[in-house]
Amino acid sequence: MPESLRQFADTYLMWQEGPMIWISDVLILLTSVGIVATLTYFKKWKWLWREWLTTVDHKKIGIMYLIAALLMMFRGGADGLLMRTQLAAPGMHFLDAEHYDQIFTTHGTIMILFMAMPFIFALFNIVVPLQIGARDVAFPYLNAISFWLFFFGALLFNISFVFGGSPDAGWTSYPPLSELGFDNGPGENFYLLALQISGIGSIATGINFLVTILKMRAPGMTLMKTPLFTWSVLSACIMIIFAFPALTVALALLMLDRIVGTHFFTILQGGNPMMFINLFWIWGHPEVYIVVVPAFGVFSEVVATFARKETFGYTSMVAALLSISVISYFVWAHHFFTMGAGADVNTFFAVATMAVGIPTGVKVFNWLFTMYRGRIRMSLPMLWTIAFVPCFVIGGATGVMLAVAPADYQYHNSYFLIAHFHQVLIGGVVFGMLAGMYYWWPKMFGFKLDERLGRWAFWFFNIGFYVCFMPQYALGFMGMQRRMYTYPADMGWGTLNFVSTIGAYLMGIGFIFIVAQVLYSIKHGERDLTGDPWDGRTLEWSLPSPVPHYNFAVIPTVTDRDMWWVLKEEGRTEELRPKKEDIQPIHMPKNSGRPFLMGVAFFVAGLGFVFNWYVLAVLGLLGVVVTLLRRSFEYDDEYYIQPEEIEHVESALGRL
Amino acid sequence: MAVVENALRDAHGHLSGADLAKPLEYQDPNQSVRILGFWLFLATDMLLFGCLFATYLVLRTHTDGGPTARELFDIPGFTAETFILLTSSFTGGLATLAMRNRNRKQVLAWLTVTILLGLSFVGLEVQEFYKDVLEGATMQRSAFLSAFFTLVGTHGSHVSLGIVWMFSILLQVAKRGLTQVTARKVFIVNLYWHFLDVVWVFIFTVVYLFGVVM
Ligand code: HEM
Ligand SMILES: [Cu+2]
Repeated sequence: MPESLRQFADTYLMWQEGPMIWISDVLILLTSVGIVATLTYFKKWKWLWREWLTTVDHKKIGIMYLIAALLMMFRGGADGLLMRTQLAAPGMHFLDAEHYDQIFTTHGTIMILFMAMPFIFALFNIVVPLQIGARDVAFPYLNAISFWLFFFGALLFNISFVFGGSPDAGWTSYPPLSELGFDNGPGENFYLLALQISGIGSIATGINFLVTILKMRAPGMTLMKTPLFTWSVLSACIMIIFAFPALTVALALLMLDRIVGTHFFTILQGGNPMMFINLFWIWGHPEVYIVVVPAFGVFSEVVATFARKETFGYTSMVAALLSISVISYFVWAHHFFTMGAGADVNTFFAVATMAVGIPTGVKVFNWLFTMYRGRIRMSLPMLWTIAFVPCFVIGGATGVMLAVAPADYQYHNSYFLIAHFHQVLIGGVVFGMLAGMYYWWPKMFGFKLDERLGRWAFWFFNIGFYVCFMPQYALGFMGMQRRMYTYPADMGWGTLNFVSTIGAYLMGIGFIFIVAQVLYSIKHGERDLTGDPWDGRTLEWSLPSPVPHYNFAVIPTVTDRDMWWVLKEEGRTEELRPKKEDIQPIHMPKNSGRPFLMGVAFFVAGLGFVFNWYVLAVLGLLGVVVTLLRRSFEYDDEYYIQPEEIEHVESALGRL
Repeated sequence: MAVVENALRDAHGHLSGADLAKPLEYQDPNQSVRILGFWLFLATDMLLFGCLFATYLVLRTHTDGGPTARELFDIPGFTAETFILLTSSFTGGLATLAMRNRNRKQVLAWLTVTILLGLSFVGLEVQEFYKDVLEGATMQRSAFLSAFFTLVGTHGSHVSLGIVWMFSILLQVAKRGLTQVTARKVFIVNLYWHFLDVVWVFIFTVVYLFGVVM
């Protein structure tokens, strides 16, 4: 028995992999025990189940996405720092090549799929129904399923670190490198299954929010009166719906190659790896717009609010969002200009890529014009928005440089590229999501985040950003390729790399300030009693913070684009307060434990496929089918909130 | 889904929803929103098949010296499959029609016929695959065969899932009769079924006909 136990530990817990892994093993074990003990000690299990695990309330689901995104930002950031530490000086032996490969793979995958995606979904969930005057999303139950699929997908991906081994073929996971013949570990399976599971959830979210926006806007809110953040979500959802099926197929086919032994992407027996690369980027390029477009929406809201002006060029903003969602679909081959597709193909994709710059430029100018002559207040959301502008402009310019196909032969896959995409992903997505988090935080939790600590975070993060990534443009031109785990001293790359690493640590400090800011503000943050701490313009600011679980006691009728602002200007805010005689019973969906259980079933199935334990896989799939069928036979899934309860809640909030 | 109903209330809480002039499945706005959601799901599924078709088209000549499409495909076999599936789509349509006429018995009957036709389609397909495998044409043999089995098999598993689903809806109609909710379910499962029919028409053309002709 002990012998088999040791063998199990060697194989799955990777005790031989060195101290990093087993320290992590122990830490994770301790943290888990700690969480379980705390919940038990404070008798919080029931609360956890009732209030969170079974919830179908979009606001709570949004908060869970937010927490997950921040945790994953920590994990992905720690990976980034490990890599930068390894690269700080030539000939380092902090990480070996294999670990370096694993870390850049998990870093890239986590940042894009398990940090950026849940972060945008957090804001979708928290903001969209409130902005359009709805009580929930179109399919609340499906919304919960989406969250749990994301959650268990992310969990599956993350446990690979301590159970079986991490993937190491890059976040793009190109075959034939990722085929069984070259990569037999479970890591690649973890990658494929985790992405597949969370990807299904993302498709469902795309459908859900598209229907929500199309069908559930309050009476009077025509599409051209819809707030720009909601428009950006609509655009992102269109892209999700059109792009994610390609990822599903790419992952599924690679999985078949690995598990069943088919030959889609092998070199032997007629397979063609380019097919994977095409499918991957048909999803992959829209994906970068999927995560950045909601950030554009945030900036539009923030700029209008903090400059106290109507957004300049609303119609052109909408047109720009929609054209981005179309053009982003026709640029994917710019990720492999050097793979020999020929001049015509490269020209088409180069021109299409440059064309995306046009609507993006329109948006940037509109934000600038909105700020022009506005009475700007430099609160945290605005600060991040302003920092975004130069960052994204430089990132956009280097993007156009990359789009010049012949020139790309020079810097393809070099650090120039690394600097470029971090500039747009950090400057666009991370800055945007942080701006959105600061902006809507009071709406979620009823208090503001501390400004002073936030400013420290801001400056560390921003200065750190430029110190980290500017040198990498130069390194790219000097010939340093991406995914190199070390380099010899005589290349002359040492100094710039060292500087870059310092920048990365500065950003790390910035992140710590954000954590400190959240912890400090929970106790000392300024409470928001008005519901409208920023003097906002759209409907969500007409509600108390945090918002009651039915959102609107009475659904508002919308007459203007910046409805709430207009009412404030004209002194008519009373119109949005509920009146006793208008309150009707509200129909709400019931909580359900099944979405969570379905996530568990997917997780079990995924784990089974990762290790080729087919009994487990079949059990998991059975669980999925059973939860689906039970749902199909469910009829009694709604209830009414009675007027007395609504009146009670609204009076307690001083609104009645 | 209550939520939609809430959204449709005007400022005074009056429901501007239920429209009895519409077909049964669309009367309740909650149900019609679900139908829209399902259309969008079908769009994603269409794209999924689109990617599989693209893969098949790229790989269809990559036989690596193994069996080719022309050697493999059995004309009477796939013609029978096509005929059966098209008929089942028709009987599914009759079920929807019966639902609109509020004729529960007929709904049950036509759903049963559709399910039986679906089962025979799947049966024929399994037989076809089995025969191919016995001849050594497995999905591991060549990229062409990987793509063939995956594309056609994905369709086949969609049909199998559709059968289970349709059966569960048959039970619900039997138990609860035709309400706005069950009507919507009958309607949606038939949308799905017609969609699979359309996909099959593409498979029939792109895979089988091209396969035996070219
Ligand atoms: C906290 C600051 C960050 C640092 C210090 C950092 C650092 C790095 C480093 C050193 C690499 C590997 C370069 C190589 O050896 O090829 C890398 C790759 C990558 N990073 Fe970051 N990164 C950061 C944030 C982000 C964010 C926010 C995102 C996305 C939202 C992101 C996405 C990626 C991707 C996709 C890769 C490519 C991975 C691969 O090659 O497969 N990073 N990053
Ligand atoms: Cu791209």
